[in-house]
This record gives sequence, C-alpha cells and structure tokens, in this order.
Amino acid sequence: MEGLSVADADLVVYLHPSKSSKVSQAILRELSSSLFKFNEAFGGVLLAYDVNILDKQAKILSGVHPYFGVRLKANLLLFSPKSDMLLEGKVVKLSQESIHVIILGFSSAIITAENIRREFKYKTKDNEELFASRSHKRHVIKVGTMIRFLVKR
Amino acid sequence: MGLELPKNPDMDQDNVVNFTDSEIVSHVKDALTSLLSGDSNSYNQLVGVMHHSKQLAPDEVALLETTLKALAGAVSCIDITLHDSLLSAIFSMSLWNYGPHVADALVELIVSLAISNGKYLDLCLGMLVSNFTPPPYFLDKLKLPRGLERKGQVLSRVHAAFKKIADYVPLAPLRLLTMVQQGMPTVYHKDRAILIYVENMLTLESGEIGELVGSTMLMAVVDRLIELDLEIGWDAILQDDFSKGIFEMELEDLEDIVDSAEPDIGEFRLSRKSLAGNSIAELLDNLLVLTFEHLESCERAGRLAKVFETLLRSFLLTVMTAYKSKFTQFVVFYACSLDPENCGMRFAIMLADLFVQDSHPQSTRMSSVAYLASYLSRAKFLSASFISSMLKRLVDWCLEYCNTHDVDINPNAHRVFYSGCQAIMYVLCFRMKVFMDVPRLKSQLLMPLEQILKHKLNPLKSISNIHSIFPVQSQSSIINSFIRPMFVFWSMVKPTYEDAYDDENDDGSSDDDSIQDFANENEDIMNDVGKSFDEQQLDLDEFDCALKKMSITPKNSFGYKFGGRFQEPTRMPSRIRPSTSPESL
Repeated sequence: MEGLSVADADLVVYLHPSKSSKVSQAILRELSSSLFKFNEAFGGVLLAYDVNILDKQAKILSGVHPYFGVRLKANLLLFSPKSDMLLEGKVVKLSQESIHVIILGFSSAIITAENIRREFKYKTKDNEELFASRSHKRHVIKVGTMIRFLVKR
Repeated sequence: MGLELPKNPDMDQDNVVNFTDSEIVSHVKDALTSLLSGDSNSYNQLVGVMHHSKQLAPDEVALLETTLKALAGAVSCIDITLHDSLLSAIFSMSLWNYGPHVADALVELIVSLAISNGKYLDLCLGMLVSNFTPPPYFLDKLKLPRGLERKGQVLSRVHAAFKKIADYVPLAPLRLLTMVQQGMPTVYHKDRAILIYVENMLTLESGEIGELVGSTMLMAVVDRLIELDLEIGWDAILQDDFSKGIFEMELEDLEDIVDSAEPDIGEFRLSRKSLAGNSIAELLDNLLVLTFEHLESCERAGRLAKVFETLLRSFLLTVMTAYKSKFTQFVVFYACSLDPENCGMRFAIMLADLFVQDSHPQSTRMSSVAYLASYLSRAKFLSASFISSMLKRLVDWCLEYCNTHDVDINPNAHRVFYSGCQAIMYVLCFRMKVFMDVPRLKSQLLMPLEQILKHKLNPLKSISNIHSIFPVQSQSSIINSFIRPMFVFWSMVKPTYEDAYDDENDDGSSDDDSIQDFANENEDIMNDVGKSFDEQQLDLDEFDCALKKMSITPKNSFGYKFGGRFQEPTRMPSRIRPSTSPESL
C-alpha cells in the first residue's frame, strides 16, 4: 500500500512547568494528542511514534509562563495519501451510489458510483448488497471485502 | 417497488402517478445538477419543501419524507457551496417537529451526508447534537405523555445515528466529543435545556460508543455540577435577614428601580441572587438526580467499577480542589454506597494514600484527609473493621510523624499533621461506639493516640474547627432521599454520649449546661433553622481534665466529655438552608 512512510524527526516539545516532575509522561501525552491527526509539519497523519530523549537538559523559554523545551529524536510513521496512489481498505457499506471504505482502521473513504468500474453491477442477493463483476463471475465486492482503489482527491 | 407521489402541481389533479425510488432519486439529482447550468426552478422547489415544515397536511408530510429519502440517495451530487441554501435548510430542521417516518428519513439523510464527505461531518454531528434539546415551545410539553413519547422517538434516533456514523467514519466520536462539550447550554439559560442535554450526555456514556466518549462525558457532567454547586454561595444562604421574606424584598426593589434611577443595588442584588440561587439549587438537584439514576443503571449493568474510575479521576481533579464544594461530592458518596466492597473501600484507600505521600502538595493532602474523615464518619455502609483499619493507618502515620519531629507546637509548619489529627478526632467522635465496644481496638488506637495528643506538637491546641465536608442539606430533598439511608447523622451517635451521661451523677453544673447545649444542637440540626458557623478554639484545660479520666472504663466521662466538648464549640456538622426558600420540605 502506498502512502505510508517512516520518517526520522528532530523535535522539540514544549512542556508546562507543572509537568517538570513527570517529563517523559508529559512528552508521550503531547505526542499522543497529535495521533491520527493531519500534521502540517510532518506532511501527513501521524500513526505511530518512537521517541528518544536526546538531552537531560532543556531550555526554558522566557515569557509569562516558563515553558521548557525538550529535544527529542523520533521515528514517525506517517500516512500521506496523494492523488493517483493505490490504497487498500475494507468495505463497510455498499449502496447503489457508493462504496464506503475504511483504511487502516481510522480513515474513511468513499467511492462514488461514477468512479466504480463499469463492469461492476450493483445487486442485492439474499438481503446482502454487493457489487458483482460482469466479466469475472467470482469477483464480488461485499461488506468486509478488502479492495484496492486509486486516490482521486 | 413503487412510490406514490402526492399531487404534483404539474400534473392533472386526478392523476396519481407511481414512481420508482431510483426515478425519484434521479429527478432530485437532476434538480441539484441543473443549478450549475443556471436552471434553478426544480432546485428552488426542493428548498421550498425543506422549509415548509410547520403544520403539515398528510400529503405534505409524505412529500417531505419522499424528498428526504431521495436526497439521501443523491448526496454525492450535493455541493457544499453551490447548494448551501438547501443544506442550511436541512441542518436547521429539528427532529422534534416531525413524526417517526419523516424523522427516520431526515436521520438517514444526515447520516448519508456525514459519511459521504468529510466536509459535512462536523455540520451533521452539530445538527444531531442540537437535537439533544427540543425547540423552546416544546420544553414545557416534555413532562406530558405525548412529549415523552416524542422525546424517546427523537433521542433514540439521534443516538443510533451517532453509532452509524461512527461505524463508517471511525474518527467521528472524536469530533463528537468536542461538539458536545462546546454545545452545553450555559448555566443561566432560562429554559432548563441543560437537563435534557445532560441526560443525553449520560446516554452517550452508557451507549454504544460509550467506550470512546464515555469518560469525557462523565467528567464534563461533573464539571458542570461543580460549577453550579459553587454558584450557590454559603453567604447567600446564611444571611440573617433572609427570613424577612425574599419575595417582599424583591417587589420593593422592583418599584425602586422603576421610580429611581439608582435603586438600592445591594439589597436588590441579594434578592436577585437568592432567587437565582434557588433556581440554581433546583437545577443542581435535578442534575444530581439524573446522575444518581445513571449510576444506579451502571451498577445494574455491572459497569460501575469502570465508571467509578472516571468519577475518581474527576473527583481528584475538580471536586477535591474546589474550595467550597457542597453537593457534588455526594456523587462519589452515592457511587460508593452502591458498591461498598469495591468502590466504597477504593475511595477511602485512595484518599488515605494521597494523605500519606509526601510528594503531593500540602493542600491536596489536607483536603484529602478531611474528605476521608468525613467519609469514614458518615458512610453507614462501611464496615467497622474497615473504618478501624483506616483509622489505624492515620494514627500510625501521625505517631510516626510525632516520633520524627521532636519539636514544639507550630500550626503553620505542621499543617498536614494537624489536619491528620483533626481527621482522627472527627472519625472517633462519630464512631466512638464502635471502638468502645471492642477492647482490642481501644488499645490499638487509643494508646498511640494518647501519645500523639500528649506530644510536644500539641495537636489539640491548634485544631480549631471541625466541620463536615459532607454537610447535610435538609433543604435538598433530593440529596435526602438518595443519601439519607446511608448517612450517619449526628443524632444517631448522640445516644453513645447520653448513656455516658446517665452514669455520671456527680458532674458539676457546667456539664449540665454543655449537655443541654449539646442536646439542643442536635434538635436544631434536625430542624430547619439557620445557624451561623462558629470557629472556636478547643478549650485545652477541659481536655486535660478529661484526659486524666482516660484510664477509666469507656462509658465514663472520657467518652462523653471528649466527644461532647469537642463537638460543642464546633456546632456539628450541618449547614442548613433557611426554610423560607421555595423548595422547603
């Protein structure tokens, strides 16, 4: 699957002075709060991280609240799908108009009817909705199927 | 699979035409896409149907339902900017205005929209959250059977929609969390929408996405309880001339305001505040009922232990640190009472742990031990052995402290120690009977206690007031009905001391007075009379005298005097709201 990448990053995490007694906990908390969110700086959605604290010493910022910055080295797993990439996901909903897919358990995508290949026909069989291929009889898309699709936007 | 379309203005009056679902959907799609090319007729018709939502005739209802269903099938053609008038019409619709069929169709449309495009997710969730509360005209009808029916209809659909959306968009609950918190009605909202809103929050907690959003919801509810709690100031309650009749006062002031430019702002503010205070008290009462009932349902479902963890966290963060929290702590108290073995003991142990650890700030430790003392004294459902083991822990800690600090009295330097001693005394006063009945406990506890009290640090001299952190508000009928069965009232403990008094025939008149005062106080406490709260120093001489008699059997004056003297100056333990407020029992 495309779109997944691992990156090395030098980070500085700024912590509130009240956290000075439990720094590692605070750092993990800070990083965890940005999981599964798109991050401008990273250029993708942060999926996982592995952290090493570089320095025992931290710089204190001058200002109203003396936040202190801790330097880190981190390994980041990022997800940044772009157009024309191929992704895989699990089908969760089928309708005549669309196929709904969930990728990596957290990201949702929709494939609208006009983007589904002509060969697939929407059918309801035994109360189950599915897209069946006209050319390959066994090729069927149902709820729970893993499918590969091209990213449009 | 045909669908009967109602009278279409274009068609002959007598003709009824059957269309298939897909035909209607494509008709709607055409209407939507035609806007691009400048043809807005059919689109405007669509928008018109959405707006026309009050006092609908049956065929109009059918039209609305059909249109909504068709739109659900055509969501891929809806453009957020192009069709903004349609979208705003949809999002401003309230499920409370419609019957079950239209509501179903509307919810289906919202869900389809939400999962079709990330841009609509927030808007759809927002629309659903705004349906937590009915439109203003409906709020009064909520108590009626028809209102309740509609409420059940709407809310079940709303919560089912959340689940559906969460199934297809896994990160939706995260967005939902923020929206629910931001959407909470503010305290001074006149139309009590907050009650039903909080009810919805608690439903979310126990609902299908409860695992994801539950703890945040619960903490937000406790936060709101605390806010309201702190609004009810003790000062408003204890004003001496409260009994004058607040309504009269208010009317006078209103006239003043009409006549003069500068009314007596002080007085008016008081009555305004007292009225507002009463309505806030009522609101808090109702919210507490909701919370208590929710805890009961959690207990029935076997989830209380998990929910309790969240409650504890919330307690540590907000309730314990709040300066004058009066009622919110009862939420934890009630949860403990529902499950004394686990939750009940866990709470006490947590508080004790907090107290003995040096790493916590002083104020936290002092607050913690004060709550512990109050809890151990008041909770009927705790076993005597548990209370004694907790007490022993406190006593051991204090003794250890004495042994390591061979210094003189200094109230400021040893605040944690003194608060610990205070706590021990408090618990002893309430639970004296327990300890008097068991000789082993007496030696285990009272011997070290004597050492502590005789120490240079002189704890008794610096302990001033003992006041309950679980005050009993006899005015709060809700607290009474839920908490009363598990609460140890002072009057229940009084007999211990009365027995002691009977044995003593040769006490001087001063003792008589104190007994009388003592007895009076208990009557007072059970009556609805306002009492001001005195802070008085414990009389050390009297205590010395009592201490000398310590070696004699428990039923003797030590038990009596110690408890009696100790309690008298401090007017145990309740703060009572004056009976002139409208909610008096």
